[in-house]
Amino acid sequence: MLEDLLRILTFRAGYTAGVVVAGCTLLGVASGLIGCFGLLRRRSLMGDALAHATLPGVAGAFLIASALAWLLPEGVQPKSLGVLLTGAGVSAALGVLSVHGIVRGSGGRVREDAAIGVVLSVFFGLGYVLLSVVQAMPTGTQAGLKTFLFGQPAAMSVRDAQTLAIVAAVAMVAALALYKEFRLLCFDEEFARVQGWPTGGLDLAMMALVVLVVVVGLQAVGLVLVVALLIVPPAAARFWTDRLGAMLAISAGIGGGAGFVGVSISALRPGLPAGAIVVLSAAALFAASALCSPRHGLLGRWSRHASLTRRIRLDHALRALYERLEVAGTGQSPASALPRQDAGAALTGVGGASAIRWLARIGHVREDGDCVALTPSGLLAAARAVRNHRLWEQYLVTHADLAPSHVDRSADMIEHVLSPEMVRELEAALESEAEGAEHGPRVPTSVHPIRHAASEPHAAPRSSTEEGPRA
Amino acid sequence: MIPSLAEFLAIDLAAVVTACLCAATCAIVGSFLVLRRQALLGDSIAHSVLPGLAAAFLIVGSRGSVPMFIGALVAGIISTVLSEGLRRIARVESGAAMGVVFSTMFALGVLLMSLPRMRTVDLDADCVLNGVLETVVWTADTARGTRVPTTLADLLDPGVLAGAPQQLVTALVVFVVVGCVVLALYKELTLASFDGGLAAALGFPPWLLHTVLVVLAASASVASFEVVGSILVIAMLICPAASARMCTDRLTSQIAVAVLFSVLSVLSGYCAAAFGPGLVGFPGTTLSAAGMITVAAGLLLVAAILLAPVHGLLARSARTFRLGVTIAREDLLAMLYRVEESNPHQTLRRDQVIQGLGGGVVARSAIRSALSRGEIVPAGHGLTLTDPGRAAARALVRTHRLWESYLVHELGLRPDHVHRAAMDLEHHTTPAMVQDLASAVPSVTDDPHGRRIPDAGLEGSPARSARGNGPEPGR
Amino acid sequence: MLHRSAAPKTLADRPEHSPSSPLSVHDMTVAYQRRPVLWDVDFDAPARSLIAIVGPNGAGKSTLIKACLNLLPRASGTVEFFGRPYREARSLVGYVPQRESVDWDFPVSALDVAAMGRYGAIGWFGRVTRRHAEAAMEALRQVGMADLAGRQISQLSGGQQQRVFLARALAQDARLYFMDEPLAGVDAATEATIIEVLRSLRQAGKTVIVVHHDLSTVPQYFDHVLLLNTRVIAAGPVSGPESVFTSENLKRTYGGRLTLLDQAAEAVARARGG
Repeated sequence: MLEDLLRILTFRAGYTAGVVVAGCTLLGVASGLIGCFGLLRRRSLMGDALAHATLPGVAGAFLIASALAWLLPEGVQPKSLGVLLTGAGVSAALGVLSVHGIVRGSGGRVREDAAIGVVLSVFFGLGYVLLSVVQAMPTGTQAGLKTFLFGQPAAMSVRDAQTLAIVAAVAMVAALALYKEFRLLCFDEEFARVQGWPTGGLDLAMMALVVLVVVVGLQAVGLVLVVALLIVPPAAARFWTDRLGAMLAISAGIGGGAGFVGVSISALRPGLPAGAIVVLSAAALFAASALCSPRHGLLGRWSRHASLTRRIRLDHALRALYERLEVAGTGQSPASALPRQDAGAALTGVGGASAIRWLARIGHVREDGDCVALTPSGLLAAARAVRNHRLWEQYLVTHADLAPSHVDRSADMIEHVLSPEMVRELEAALESEAEGAEHGPRVPTSVHPIRHAASEPHAAPRSSTEEGPRA
Repeated sequence: MIPSLAEFLAIDLAAVVTACLCAATCAIVGSFLVLRRQALLGDSIAHSVLPGLAAAFLIVGSRGSVPMFIGALVAGIISTVLSEGLRRIARVESGAAMGVVFSTMFALGVLLMSLPRMRTVDLDADCVLNGVLETVVWTADTARGTRVPTTLADLLDPGVLAGAPQQLVTALVVFVVVGCVVLALYKELTLASFDGGLAAALGFPPWLLHTVLVVLAASASVASFEVVGSILVIAMLICPAASARMCTDRLTSQIAVAVLFSVLSVLSGYCAAAFGPGLVGFPGTTLSAAGMITVAAGLLLVAAILLAPVHGLLARSARTFRLGVTIAREDLLAMLYRVEESNPHQTLRRDQVIQGLGGGVVARSAIRSALSRGEIVPAGHGLTLTDPGRAAARALVRTHRLWESYLVHELGLRPDHVHRAAMDLEHHTTPAMVQDLASAVPSVTDDPHGRRIPDAGLEGSPARSARGNGPEPGR
Repeated sequence: MLHRSAAPKTLADRPEHSPSSPLSVHDMTVAYQRRPVLWDVDFDAPARSLIAIVGPNGAGKSTLIKACLNLLPRASGTVEFFGRPYREARSLVGYVPQRESVDWDFPVSALDVAAMGRYGAIGWFGRVTRRHAEAAMEALRQVGMADLAGRQISQLSGGQQQRVFLARALAQDARLYFMDEPLAGVDAATEATIIEVLRSLRQAGKTVIVVHHDLSTVPQYFDHVLLLNTRVIAAGPVSGPESVFTSENLKRTYGGRLTLLDQAAEAVARARGG
């Protein structure tokens, strides 16, 4: 099946390139998956320390293997991928242990962020020292070793790419097998411990998977940038969903897509740095997610905010008009129309005359010569807005023990976000009767006198003790 | 193979001094970053400057210092603004936000560097990581009348100074500027690092001071990376500050010690890289100086973690051991006292004592300590208390039994449960606390097990302190 | 703890404990975060009861629970559940931690969280099968959250989040439950639901131990009470002739700090921490 998949990818670029592209795609998928758990465990930058910590392993493995070349099995060179990656894995593991060792050995005085920085830079520095040793060796050239810095998928052999694909697949399967355990660990470590899960061991397993991905990613994207594959896809996926399962799938997709696109593009022109292009592809997907995803994306949030602001303004305008109509009317029923001047005065807080034009444009207000009246739809909307407001006021007065003169402000803030179900709950709490369907919403009386002049300051003290609606 | 002074001055001095200045600058800024738990800000900035450098080169078309500096500074600031924005507006977790931004920017830098136009210049991602410390040398230019220093006196010669490498001058300027800014804003930075809320309440907006720190960190790393590479910048921002954190509890000395550590790591690292291979039989080879300095900084941190006077691992173990010996010695005295109390003629054999104290090195050290302090003397096959030892033991047993009484009468614990707690507490009880204990259980003369609580006695310390701790007049 | 000569306690020394007691704590002392917070706690939880742990701030209420569950190291003492150590009784013990202990922005739904209560039963590598999902759903139904099972947890109100935590413990189907301030900061509807669930648990023969902060509702909600202030002041029935919920006991629980113990604790911490 793998063969078939490869053949599909090969029709354009030849076998080797196809294998490499497939390998890097799998790498992206695996790191997207594993990175999700790292992100949720708040260990994102640990991957960075690990990746940098592989350099001395690569160089050290080469040095040791060169010194002990006579011990190596037939066909294995000091520069063989297996040798170098083993070294990388060992030193990455040492890096993890060093971070823990520094934090614990210092009695907590050196914190984890500093320890990560220390391991990252010191291991990397050591790697450079070892590279300069390699360079000084009479036979040695460091050509080949430095490709691990920025990656060079074009130089991969079919065998290398197959190894990469297999390891990535193994890491992927392991992450999926431990899905349930990792989810519990990331969400609530304490509960996991109470249930008897070995949280330390699970953390170690998670780090081991990160090491695995980092090590096989060295050739493809290089050790400086491989951490991006662990961070960027999960962070992008988080914008799209609130489900871990979906997040894993999306993150894997973004990682795989970035790997596929990046390596393909970099294969088009020699000299293009593949690692950088893979990372930039992922970053482009991240930027698109951050902007455009419907729920957590910036554009969505801004537009929701704008529409909420608009709704609040509309509610305020309609309420001001309705209350002015109530004052102008007699007894139970509000007046049907207002002089234009009065309407403008009522709307001073939300834009005055321009607000009238706005309401007319959206069909809530009818202008009859010098009079302004609410249309049926306007009346319905206004009555609903006033009703929400007054329900809240009543609730706050009866249940929250607020003075009637103080509730206006608090009601102002909450009423606009009332969902129908909350309105029903409010009604239930106030034991008010259900609204009659054909008469439109029933508007309760206000808990405080309606102000008569719109110019009166909003929060001006009013005496309204005689008008308590406590039934 | 140790070079002659003239050689050192001519070849190595410029590089060493430049590296020292860069490292010291980073150490000053890093002290604040480490204290504010923003150590990885340095990591982020150091990675992010790459596209700034490339862009500056593409715009200006030359490798001048000033445009490079500006480009890198702008890139560093953009990266912090972006990651802060991701954290606050898009609500990405802070580590991930940083990771997304700096890796993207680094990738962008690598891509820009690979453009054909950039190939002509001696600037690639590799040299940004590793630096070009080896190329910082004094240049002799007969036209301008500059020459290379060969003796210490030459260092005061204006002609020699005028020929100082330009990287050294940049490093010096940045060091002075960063030092002055930190000095000028020392109080504010300290306050904002310790308590941002209070700083804001006092009119020092934390975001402003945060920005100042970011700009300082960016300047420090930008000025340094060209010489020592960004990896060394990260190491110098964090390692010396972390080492100093192990050694001191005050901010002022923290910064001073961090600078000291940074200079030490430069000197040792540079020497190891330049002269080390020669010493072990490979003359003519040198190792990566920046890498070696980083390793030296890491080793110094390990040394600090192990050996720091108060907070180091060894100091802490030694303290635990000494505390154990003190407690065992006091237990020994009390043990002998109790034996005497029940039978004045009985002594305990040394092996009985050791067994009673739980055995091991701690017990033996406790006996040696008590002997050398003259609190016990060997008597026949056993050990017995001296007069001062008896007084000390008496005070201890008094404390122990007072605690037992207190725990039973005031806390309502069961009498058979209080012995262990009292065993623990008696060693940590100050004379003033003994007074308080005695007054908390005033009418009690016997402990819960029916044994008499010894009086304060004339020679015991509780009696002395009783006079010193009497109620203050006029209260 | 340094070398001690005190002989270990034998079983014979212990006061009488019934082997079937859901929770038996003997001589437990806990020192954590640089100061001893619990001294010599001895407590037997009666079966089929609702037990409130009551005490002032810093009295060690949460610490008691966490030390029982091996989440904090015990300086001394033993804890047994149904006559067995915790390791062997794990599946019989449910835990509802404080709501603040987790990140509620985590990408899981209410049902996912409730299903976590089944993880112990599912075991390594196993999937959440339909049977387990139904058990989790049933737990959500018990706390009145079935309608919101698919909601992401950050979109739930504080009270609803607390109910999801309760459902997670219910899904475990334990015989003894620890709950850390489940009624703190919840709305009236949630409080009523939780109390209803507690009563039905007692009905089903289970024992629930609840850290509670509201003294006025103790007699109404609970039948036993453990008055705690660094040590056990009293433990017993809330009402009846043997009631320990007396004003005198409450005064001892809430009256004054034990300054001498605090001083000693600080001295110990200084000597150890340096």
